[in-house]
Amino acid sequence: MHIQLGPIDYLILIVYFLFVLGIGWMLKRYMKGSADFFLSGRSIPAWVTGLAFISANLGAQEVIGMAASGAKYGIMTSHFYWVGAIPAMVFLAIFMMPFYYGSKARSVPEYLKMRFDEKTRGLNAISFAVMTVFSSGISMYALARLLELILGWNFHLSIIVSAVVVLVYIFLGGLTSAIYNEVLQFFMIVLGFTPLVFLALKDIGGWSGLKEKLIPVATGQNFAPGTWTQSWSHMGHVGDNPMGVEWFGMVMGLGFVLSFGYWCTDFLVVQRAMAAKNMNAARRTPLIAAFPKMLFPALVILPGMIAIAMHYSTPGGFLPAGKDGTPDYNMTIPTLLAHYLPTGLLGIGFTALMASFMSGMAGNVTAFNTVWTYDIYQSYLAPNKSDHHYLWMGRFATVAGIIISIGCAYLASRFNNIMDMLQLVFGFVNAPLFATFLLGMFWRRATGHGAFFGLLGGTLGAAVFHGMALAKGNVPGIKGGWLAERLHLSPIPYHNDMGQNFYMALVAWTTCFVLTIVISLATKQNKTDGELKGLVYSLTPKISSADEPWYKQPATLGIIVLAITVLLNIIFW
Amino acid sequence: MNFDLRLPIGLMFSFYGALLTIYGLVGDKAQYERSLGININLVWGIVMLAFGVFMLTLALKSKNKGS
Repeated sequence: MHIQLGPIDYLILIVYFLFVLGIGWMLKRYMKGSADFFLSGRSIPAWVTGLAFISANLGAQEVIGMAASGAKYGIMTSHFYWVGAIPAMVFLAIFMMPFYYGSKARSVPEYLKMRFDEKTRGLNAISFAVMTVFSSGISMYALARLLELILGWNFHLSIIVSAVVVLVYIFLGGLTSAIYNEVLQFFMIVLGFTPLVFLALKDIGGWSGLKEKLIPVATGQNFAPGTWTQSWSHMGHVGDNPMGVEWFGMVMGLGFVLSFGYWCTDFLVVQRAMAAKNMNAARRTPLIAAFPKMLFPALVILPGMIAIAMHYSTPGGFLPAGKDGTPDYNMTIPTLLAHYLPTGLLGIGFTALMASFMSGMAGNVTAFNTVWTYDIYQSYLAPNKSDHHYLWMGRFATVAGIIISIGCAYLASRFNNIMDMLQLVFGFVNAPLFATFLLGMFWRRATGHGAFFGLLGGTLGAAVFHGMALAKGNVPGIKGGWLAERLHLSPIPYHNDMGQNFYMALVAWTTCFVLTIVISLATKQNKTDGELKGLVYSLTPKISSADEPWYKQPATLGIIVLAITVLLNIIFW
Repeated sequence: MNFDLRLPIGLMFSFYGALLTIYGLVGDKAQYERSLGININLVWGIVMLAFGVFMLTLALKSKNKGS
């Protein structure tokens, strides 16, 4: 597959780069101290942090991956939004943000230090820092690979150019620069993909035409006719749907553990809300994000569904074939762009795609330089230096982080397995985190030892479960089952990787939850009630926003968001 | 922070909108076969231009109020 960009498309791309760099340059003079660089001086209005909150997550995995899942699993992919992300974002806004923002912690690991102890912070900070540079490297690799594949651009040149652009704008304007560019990218994605979805949907005969053409896709794989267009109707049994999960694994594994874990504890997204100008703005950040977020399935999942319907109804197929002969789902978006958009709009759609890769990288880099500087450098390596020194370190960490990311991008291009392995290990580390935060914020008796060993135990639990479970058709190894093989036991069978993954998260969460409670009860509380004020629910004065107009009250907004989400679930049941 | 983000957003999309509108008017029409016969550059160019101008208006309005 090959796309030919015209001069006008290149002009659009170059103008975008100029704006991105220009914003960084404009912000340079505001960067006076480390708080400006890492926290945006806590001065940003809620609509800006809200849109940045979505965009930071709208990287490669989201745009390309969600479209791929839309093709592979159909509308069930929307559970990632309507069961996962949205409820989690409401929970973060209403219940958790008061502690993050109110504690004046500068990062998520720093909150863990204030609430628990040094070792819990260290564990979280180090694993998070490693994870972010690797993710940014993977993002860079995916971008360069895509550009090489569809435009014939030089792989090395793509890596260098995208790295330099991101480096320059973060170096100049820190977190503010990243946030502002994320907002720019948000509008690029919305305005670039809307005409694409409109044209593709019109071509296939609207929603009813799509529904009809997706019937053979489902029946061809031995599923009930409506499987690709009904999100809940085929969740009764693991064998009834292509995801291989039933409703309990979906709601608890994906919704409760994985999504709440990601949206409520990952510093990459939480950092955006922490940059808001006051408590109310911080709490409204995830809620403002939730409104466009719940409509995003139309922009990222629907194209995948349309593409697979086309693929099965066009002689010779629509999507290019992958290595094993099945359609290459990751090419969904580029294929649609090339098929429907004429030169001009193609430049907009293509720039939107590049922007999403770059802001995914930038989000990781800003989270990395903050955690590195505050939680690792200032805490363990060089405490009590001047603020100016830490600002300098932040810029240095930005350069170093990007250089390491480039290294990771090349590592990914050489050894695909190393990357899979790393992502697996990160999965083990992340899965139990939400249990620690839940107990930390809502149970004053939870202790430092409890949190630390609970986290370790949860990670170990995830690894053991992974070693014991194996999805149908996989061989023991990186996909699971390695422990069972060693012990000469038959592995716990799963229909596919996704179901296995959801249950792994559930096991990790439960292990961490139970261990933290047991160890906390057996150890002495290391913090006084005074120290825990503002960090734990029962010891924190309630925040009232009664004097704000209704559309600025987090609770009211949260209820509206949840009501619309329930409605969407029912419409597409 | 004395920097209104609506200004660059407005400028950028006004530029893109104007560019696509003009290109839609004067450019090669044969290429719209792929966009189902719709001159999507013209249509969407006008939409983006309207969005850009709207953002610019908001930014300039609050600037005048502030000074």
